[in-house]
Amino acid sequence: MGATWYYSRVGDSACIPSTASAVPTAVPAAVPTTTATPRHSALVRVTHWITTLCFFALLVSGAEIVISHPRFYWGETGNDLTPTLFKLPIPASRNLVPTGYGYVLPDQNGWSRYLHFQSAWLLVFTGLLYVVFGLWNGHFRRNLLPEGADLSWRALSTSIASHLRFERPIAAEASSYNVLQRLSYLFVIFILFPFVIWTGLAMSPAFVSAVPAAVNVLGGQQSARTLHFFVSLALVLFLLVHVGMVWFAGFRSRMRAMITGTVITGRAATTKEGA
Amino acid sequence: MSEPSTREPSLRDLSRRKLITTGLAATAGVAGLGVAARLAQKYGLIPPDHGGIYGLGETLTYASQRLLTRHSLAREFSRSQISERPFPNEIEPPTDEFKRLQAGGFADWRLSISGLVARPASFSIDQLKSYPSRSQITMLQCEEGWSYIAEWIGVPLSQILQAVEVLPQARYVVYFSIEPDTWESIDMADALHPQTFLTYGMNGSELPVGHGGPLRLRVPRQVGYKNVKFITHLKVTDSLKGVGKGLGSASAEAGYAWYAGI
Repeated sequence: MGATWYYSRVGDSACIPSTASAVPTAVPAAVPTTTATPRHSALVRVTHWITTLCFFALLVSGAEIVISHPRFYWGETGNDLTPTLFKLPIPASRNLVPTGYGYVLPDQNGWSRYLHFQSAWLLVFTGLLYVVFGLWNGHFRRNLLPEGADLSWRALSTSIASHLRFERPIAAEASSYNVLQRLSYLFVIFILFPFVIWTGLAMSPAFVSAVPAAVNVLGGQQSARTLHFFVSLALVLFLLVHVGMVWFAGFRSRMRAMITGTVITGRAATTKEGA
Repeated sequence: MSEPSTREPSLRDLSRRKLITTGLAATAGVAGLGVAARLAQKYGLIPPDHGGIYGLGETLTYASQRLLTRHSLAREFSRSQISERPFPNEIEPPTDEFKRLQAGGFADWRLSISGLVARPASFSIDQLKSYPSRSQITMLQCEEGWSYIAEWIGVPLSQILQAVEVLPQARYVVYFSIEPDTWESIDMADALHPQTFLTYGMNGSELPVGHGGPLRLRVPRQVGYKNVKFITHLKVTDSLKGVGKGLGSASAEAGYAWYAGI
């Protein structure tokens, strides 16, 4: 484990022009100074926060849309007169929707739908920018693709066990993702987000008139709606774990890294890790 | 093992050449956006509710779907997929005029057509039925999330528009319900679309009042609220600016998107 190992994980530094030159290749543990080390590129930080903003807008507006009909079905169709797959234990925004509640929540579908689609567009463009740039500059290969050795059963079980024991992350993880992080991020970026976009589009009567397979392979329009709901739940679960882990790993340092792009290394890091 | 880039940009790199190319690129970008906006306007890719904070998203949705779906057909289903229990959405209590027409078996119901047509006309339900009838088994889905599949019987709107000879400058068809303050509009791509029906029948019989009888405009590529019940009047126009508040529909004035293909 030397400077080369360290650098190979901090690939994003290529995108940070000004501070990169100031970073020494290795900070001697004895020197009682702190140094700002590049962590996240400007593109990663900007797309991260735009995605955060869009996700909250989609979550709030999506919840508002669900309130107007908190019943879910499987197949092509479903309505107030048909049996449900399940229903959410909340009142609806209309008294005729059978939810088992006597009172009615306000209907907020107008602005909710406008906001939902507006933030979806912004998120799609942001995601495309991130993915195209990440493929082009090697961000995924360097920072997110687990290395072969990390994918061995032994390495994976070690990482899972250390997560289950709630061990504080080692200092190296301030500048590089561990294997479970890498797999989670890749899953969210390349599986959950594409699937939530797909299931969303599959609900559009105009879109599926041009691309009927988008809804047919999901088993119908109501199936698409139900799947959209569950993928959204999976994304919310990811968000909760993500924020929880950021808190656990050190909220200030991780937030600083995602806002300013740098992590503080040096005395603090070496003492914590025990060098 | 990949090393990070050895490139270390600094202020020195910000040469005159770089400033000039950046300036040119920015100018080209702004000009490109201007041209795109002009082209979008020319080809009818800008919805009437393009203003306000949600205007960009609405314009992107409408423009991209118009380019993608101009001629595509809504999914049609087999007879066995027709919903046994189609949900008739709430309707306002009928007006006195509606009650009077209903008492007469809707024999006096009229659909009048005005605006940019060579021969403004008025049709009774029987006159509409004298045109070759068409049927489609398509899904009606509400923006709230529920849906059903039914067989819809009627005459394609394009056929009636042909009969009254729509003028070439027509861009929208506005349609009005007998219910007060209930009106919508669609562009000519949807108005002339083969599945856009003036619907008077459902599942082999007359269109029930609960589902919009005697006459409902069926636009199967858009969600429920564009499928207005109790149609009495059509107006063909080249601009929606003079209709209501200029947003294109009563639902847009109430804060719901004018284009509802989603």
